Amino acid sequence: MHEETVATPDPLTPATVFQTKDLSKVYTMGEVQVHALRGIDLTLKAGELVVLLGASGSGKSTLLNILGGLDTASSGQVWYRDWELTSASDRELTEYRRYHVGFVFQFYNLIPSLTARENVAIVTDIARTPMTPQEALGLVGLSDRLDHFPAQLSGGQQQRVAIARAIAKNPAVLLCDEPTGALDSKTGIIVLEALQHINQTLGTLTAVITHNAAIAEMADRVIHLSDGHISDAFQNTHKKEPQELSW
Amino acid sequence: MSTLQRKLLRDLAGMWGQALAIALVIASGVATYVMSITTFEALYATQQNYYRDYRLADVFANLKRAPERLARRIAEIPGVDLLETRVQTQVNIDIAGFSDPVSGLLVSLPDNAEPQLNLLHLRQGRLPVSGRDDEIVLSEPFALAHQLRPGAKLSAIINGHRKTLTVVGIALSPEYINIIQPGALFPDDLRYGVLWMARTPLATAYDMEGAFNDLALTLFPGTPLEPVLEQLDFILTPYGGLGSYGREDQLSNRFVTSELQGLEVMAAVFPVIFMGVATFLLNVVISRLVGLQREQIAALKAFGYRNYEIGWHYWQLVMLITLLGVTLGIVFGVWLGHGLSNLYQTFYHFPYLDYHLRTGVALSAFAFSLAAALLGTLHALRRAVRLPPAEAMRPEPPARYRRGWLDRLGLQRLLSQPARMILRNLQRQPLKALFSVIGIALACAILVVGSFQEDSIDYMVTVQFRLSQKDDLSVALTGPSSHRALYELRSLPGVNHAEPQRAIPVRLRAGQYHYRTGVQGLTTDGVLYDLLDTDLQIIRLPPEGVVLSEYLARQLRVKAGDSVTLEVLEGARPVRQVPVAAVVQQYIGVAAYMDIDALNRLLGEAQALTGAALLVDATARQSVYQRLKEMPKVAGVTNKAHAISGFYDTMGENLLVFAFINTLLAGTITFGVVYNSARISLSERSRELASLRVLGFTRAEVGYILLGELGLLTLLAIPLGFLLGRGLSCAYMASALSSDLYQIPLITNPSSYAFAASVVLVCSLISSMLIGRQLKHLDLVGVLKTRE
Repeated sequence: MHEETVATPDPLTPATVFQTKDLSKVYTMGEVQVHALRGIDLTLKAGELVVLLGASGSGKSTLLNILGGLDTASSGQVWYRDWELTSASDRELTEYRRYHVGFVFQFYNLIPSLTARENVAIVTDIARTPMTPQEALGLVGLSDRLDHFPAQLSGGQQQRVAIARAIAKNPAVLLCDEPTGALDSKTGIIVLEALQHINQTLGTLTAVITHNAAIAEMADRVIHLSDGHISDAFQNTHKKEPQELSW
Repeated sequence: MSTLQRKLLRDLAGMWGQALAIALVIASGVATYVMSITTFEALYATQQNYYRDYRLADVFANLKRAPERLARRIAEIPGVDLLETRVQTQVNIDIAGFSDPVSGLLVSLPDNAEPQLNLLHLRQGRLPVSGRDDEIVLSEPFALAHQLRPGAKLSAIINGHRKTLTVVGIALSPEYINIIQPGALFPDDLRYGVLWMARTPLATAYDMEGAFNDLALTLFPGTPLEPVLEQLDFILTPYGGLGSYGREDQLSNRFVTSELQGLEVMAAVFPVIFMGVATFLLNVVISRLVGLQREQIAALKAFGYRNYEIGWHYWQLVMLITLLGVTLGIVFGVWLGHGLSNLYQTFYHFPYLDYHLRTGVALSAFAFSLAAALLGTLHALRRAVRLPPAEAMRPEPPARYRRGWLDRLGLQRLLSQPARMILRNLQRQPLKALFSVIGIALACAILVVGSFQEDSIDYMVTVQFRLSQKDDLSVALTGPSSHRALYELRSLPGVNHAEPQRAIPVRLRAGQYHYRTGVQGLTTDGVLYDLLDTDLQIIRLPPEGVVLSEYLARQLRVKAGDSVTLEVLEGARPVRQVPVAAVVQQYIGVAAYMDIDALNRLLGEAQALTGAALLVDATARQSVYQRLKEMPKVAGVTNKAHAISGFYDTMGENLLVFAFINTLLAGTITFGVVYNSARISLSERSRELASLRVLGFTRAEVGYILLGELGLLTLLAIPLGFLLGRGLSCAYMASALSSDLYQIPLITNPSSYAFAASVVLVCSLISSMLIGRQLKHLDLVGVLKTRE
């Protein structure tokens, strides 16, 4: 098993955004105890596009939720820059999410009663230095769908609204949970293009979790998760463009 | 407007049916509250201001005759402020074109001056010119009933002589807000009124020059009443004093005041029911909304919305619904209150009405509605606040069903699979099921209460006027008369039967309790006036002792076998200890009864009567009237049929208005609860139901699973509603509707229960049909694809 080592600070290498140490998580679902994470050590750097690969139940969503301040660890530590999230209070985690993190969910989680523009505005309303909803939707190619309600948009369009919503606050990190999971491959590729576009133009650390190995080919770095462990991690030397992918 | 607020408005628009149903229930509660409180306050303020502005006396006394100089002695009683003596008498009146016997109270007005006490409010015309013996002012209700205006003429038998009188003015008096003929139970404006005349001619006609037979006085603020009454009685007794009494015992005032108390209770009882139901509905609907928006909440939190911002968001939704309800309720309540107050104003002939909505009332409506809303939604709001975002991202675990008592008892084998689903679902959320049942039951209860009043009124009338009083006419004589008067009455053509009656004013005492009323002497072998026990069995009037109505016995804290002190307030004023021979059921008035011979022995008089009950041929009634009018000894005639209609006019009108409003509002509740429950059920279980449809269940079978639960709850709720309704009626009646004017029995006819049950069932059925139609649109594929 390959284990990442903690990088020493170096002005020439990109800054460390996330660092985790022996991270574990056990949660109860219904009447069952689930060991989702068992000792994860991991470093993510600014500007990277990282794909976390794993099968269903491998713990990848849990890891993403903890990195995003949505969930707390059972043991171990997580740093965001020099801020230890594992000791942050609920209120601090809310502030962290509010100003630093953008989320994209598998099922988009758009608010059905709000239009595309308003779904983005609900985030820009509370952000510090947001772009306008129009700009954000422009970045994902939806300038002509501003006033459509989620029910009037295709799955791919909905997911792109979700991406626009996630990036509109100019977050330092963009966390995507199976962003193409509910989409066909053609639409999925359009969504991945949008993610890559954001990553490259804004330099946002982008972490994508997926069970779809094909997506790993567009990553800077790929981390395999299985049964709560990191089973493999490597730098992707042959990065592909999204439109070259297929599944 | 922030985007979150926009979401709020869209959410509200999306659930407008449910929101409106809840708002209407809240509106109903607020409306009953505002209506009762404002009407109560308006009438109370009007009553008090009227009394103050028109200087209603604090103490009243009637006597036989006293010289005017006695007034000075009375004025010296400590605490007495203003005093006015009067001459008053009962007169028979003849109005052209109206054949029924009419009588009135003729009251003197001071010569050359306005009265100092019990001022008249002139509606038309003027006061009589001093010294004129043919000018009168008429009480407005009587004038209106006969359409008499200033200038109209009527004739009256004044001291045995027919005299033509000219109406010069129409007036209202705080002393006669309700004008009730002595011996009658309720106002009858067609047959009894008050006439005011200048004092000198009135005194001259009745040999009362330099004398008086009635007085009214006011007390300085803070003066205790009882000592004044005692001293006054002491002074007046030698002059035939009939016992003085305070404003509290003044008939007209007592009547108005007891009505006001009813409103006060209504202001307390009904809003609580409505708010309870609204609380439950908000609980169900907001809990469901938070459940449905679980993922939205999670997403908002993931974006960094703070917990309290989420809580505030949903609380705003609750507030909007509540404020909509309160606003509607206040508008509707003021409208109803205004209408009701006007109805009362007309009924009571108040010269003016101080109706307004106090800010405090509106604010308290807002406050208690919001408190109820918070109580109902606190749990759901906390759930929204506390929902951990990561947990919400995961699909909800399957609802926890367990094998319940049903399974443990092995009963499930007897039931079909769908029936098991219904029962397990109920067992899983017993609290929710319980509250649904209570909500529907309360609606049913309000309907029961609404009809209880109608049923009770009918029952009271039946008991009083059909089972107990069997006469057609009852005649009051001008004073104690010999049996010759009875023979005269018996000999009138058309009179089939006549029984003597003897009424005397008394004060009954038992220990510290006392009560001023009248004792009715009846013949033991009479057939026209039966006394009934609590089972409505006729009891024979015992030859000795006094029989008390149940209410009177309660007031005096005595029971059959105890003894009471009977102080006669006329004639030689004997005071006797008499045993309580029996207690009888009587719903209207407060009375005591004795054998007429025993009563005469007690008074030391031989075979005297003051009235008679008659059975008259229906065809001969008019001629009997005519003959009675011509008899100088006859002071008044009461027709039972008129008494019944008078009773319905008085009691019926007011109570039926309430009953109608109650029924309307109960309908709102029933619909609100049943429709909302069904709507929520559908929302919660649409996935499960769609799955069943996919598995091959028909729409009817799926409908049965969904609505069977509701049907079961409704069926459970109805008997509970009956019980609650009966309990509420009991509480309502005990606290408000019993006074010395009438005691409302707790009667609910089977038809009323049937009516309440039908309304609930029909509302249930309509709701089911509305929901059933939505089942048609169940998206079989779509529902299975989405996660929630």
